Amino acid sequence: MTSADDSGTADPVGSTESVVDTSSGLSDRATTRSDTIVEAKGVDVFYGEDQALQDISMEIPEKQVTAMIGPSGCGKSTFLRCINRMNDQIDVCRVDGEIEFRGKNIYDDDVDPVVLRRRIGMVFQQPNPFPKSIYDNVAYGLKIQGKTEDMDQKVENALKGAALWDEVKDKLHTSGLDLSGGQQQRLCIARAIAVDPQVILMDEPASALDPIATAQIEDLIEELSRDFTVVIVTHNMQQAARISDKTAVFLTGGELVEFDDTNRIFENPQSQRVEDYITGKFG
Amino acid sequence: MSTETDQGPGITSGTGAKADQKANRRARRVLFGCAAITVLTTLSIFFVLIDNAASYFFGARITEVLVGGSFEQTITFTEFFTGTRWAPDHSTPAHGILPIAFGTIAITVGAAFVSIPIGTATALYLSEYSSKSVRSKLKPTLEVLAGIPTIVYGYFAISFINPVMLGPIAESLFGISIGRYSMLSGMIVVGIMTIPMVSSISEDAMQAVPDDLRNGAYALGATKFDVSLNVVIPAAVSGIFASYILAVSRAIGETMAVTLAAGFNANITANPFSEIMTMTAYMVSMARGTSAVGTVEYQSLFAVGLVLFLMTLVMNLMNDWFKRRFQEEYR
Ligand SMILES: Nc1ncnc2c1ncn2[C@@H]1O[C@H](COP(=O)(O)OP(=O)(O)OP(=O)(O)O)[C@@H](O)[C@H]1O
Ligand SMILES: [Mg+2]
Repeated sequence: MTSADDSGTADPVGSTESVVDTSSGLSDRATTRSDTIVEAKGVDVFYGEDQALQDISMEIPEKQVTAMIGPSGCGKSTFLRCINRMNDQIDVCRVDGEIEFRGKNIYDDDVDPVVLRRRIGMVFQQPNPFPKSIYDNVAYGLKIQGKTEDMDQKVENALKGAALWDEVKDKLHTSGLDLSGGQQQRLCIARAIAVDPQVILMDEPASALDPIATAQIEDLIEELSRDFTVVIVTHNMQQAARISDKTAVFLTGGELVEFDDTNRIFENPQSQRVEDYITGKFG
Repeated sequence: MSTETDQGPGITSGTGAKADQKANRRARRVLFGCAAITVLTTLSIFFVLIDNAASYFFGARITEVLVGGSFEQTITFTEFFTGTRWAPDHSTPAHGILPIAFGTIAITVGAAFVSIPIGTATALYLSEYSSKSVRSKLKPTLEVLAGIPTIVYGYFAISFINPVMLGPIAESLFGISIGRYSMLSGMIVVGIMTIPMVSSISEDAMQAVPDDLRNGAYALGATKFDVSLNVVIPAAVSGIFASYILAVSRAIGETMAVTLAAGFNANITANPFSEIMTMTAYMVSMARGTSAVGTVEYQSLFAVGLVLFLMTLVMNLMNDWFKRRFQEEYR
């Protein structure tokens, strides 16, 4: 399918809920079933003199879960932050190459990172609710984006979407900081989905949580991928295998060594280094 | 005997440890002594103020009464706190503190209108907006500003702010010819002096707000302005408020600059271009004047000093109350 369909037409393959976009005629991976929403083209990232990522190219499919795994310091978080330009916040960080979001290079001069981040939300490793009420946490994004109509309904929907509603519906006006860690993280997810982004980036969202809270977050992520594109960084190989459709393996030095369907990566990795990493032989 | 040869689980003290403990106790005593000195100093200042103020109001010091003197009220509290003329050393003396209290409060409020907005904006700029290189130049400049002797600010006011900045405005807009001193000049110069205090303490408070919170807002598509207003300022509010209190306390007690800028004419006025006198300016003029120690006019120094002391004490109490009320909420 090299010739692009009009957007809005159902995916001819029919196996996913994805919608075909006009811009993605470049896909040459046979395994790509869904259309690309974010595409990195030769991305290099530097912190001052140090290069953290080397020539990363990958296509992130829409409404699927893409996992990024790799040893500590290999640049997973760095790459994630490139996708919504959170790296702009870091003085010494420089990004070369292109990242296209629906065909538009987000590093073009005419792209406003503030607007971009309204389309591409993010959940952090440490739950970081604002020191405000649960309600205000979820409503905050809507407020700054001026989407204030039906606020109560939107807050409720977001909390339901984050599987938190039942636990907090009676105390919406108590502080978000009084929740447990797992609840706080789901609150942060609610906050991110309330503004209806297209992509949600998650940087080890469950690493600060216990196994039960982790399982809740994992279920939630699978749920979310029906409506959103999810890109998740994880240290936990089983987690990547359980929840993701695609997996990218980064290795030390900031290279993307392999990127493929998750079951292929785990069952039949192409390179020896990836196999070593997955089987735990890695450094 | 070294500790290795000691028996037991190794938590009992050997001889070496005993010496350590002794040194420890000695250090503790020295430190306690230093802390005690500051407390004692404060208490004795307070006592001297009260003792001498008593002689102003009642004609005898407490210490004199203790050895047989007696109190006889010479100046009533009503006159002191409600009188509108202040001239203890005049041939027809008057002891109403209101004019000089007005002077102090006017300068303090006026200065706050300068230092609080500019200082807060500067702090926000430094903490949230400026690039590293701008910051590295601006911060030292502010520190220099904070380190300039107040007498220099006073000369700045008397030779520049008043004649060059304010003089032409008063002349052309209001038809008032400005004198050597003016209330507005005092407000401006004290305001400028206290900007660094507001900006540096507020900036510290803003810097202490965890980046996680900022990033949470940025990731939702917040602008820098949103983040500053909705995340940074609320989270840093108690530190920011503390900086205001400090700046205000400093303005209340400010002496040299305000004396040179605002003058020595005790009066209650709404005209910002007229000369006024603050409590501190009065104390300066009295202390260097010719009045003999022990006279009523000389003892008035201590009554005014006591009022100043109480005003700054109130500011400190407000600061404590506010801090308890608005603890930094982030963890
Ligand atoms: N703010 C920064 N300033 C300078 N260097 C940085 C910064 N953030 C990351 N780096 C460097 O970039 C490289 C990649 O870091 P990154 O945080 O992306 O790794 P990671 O794969 O997410 O690691 P982890 O699994 O431990 O989270 C590291 O060498 C790190 O030292
Ligand atoms: Mg990371």
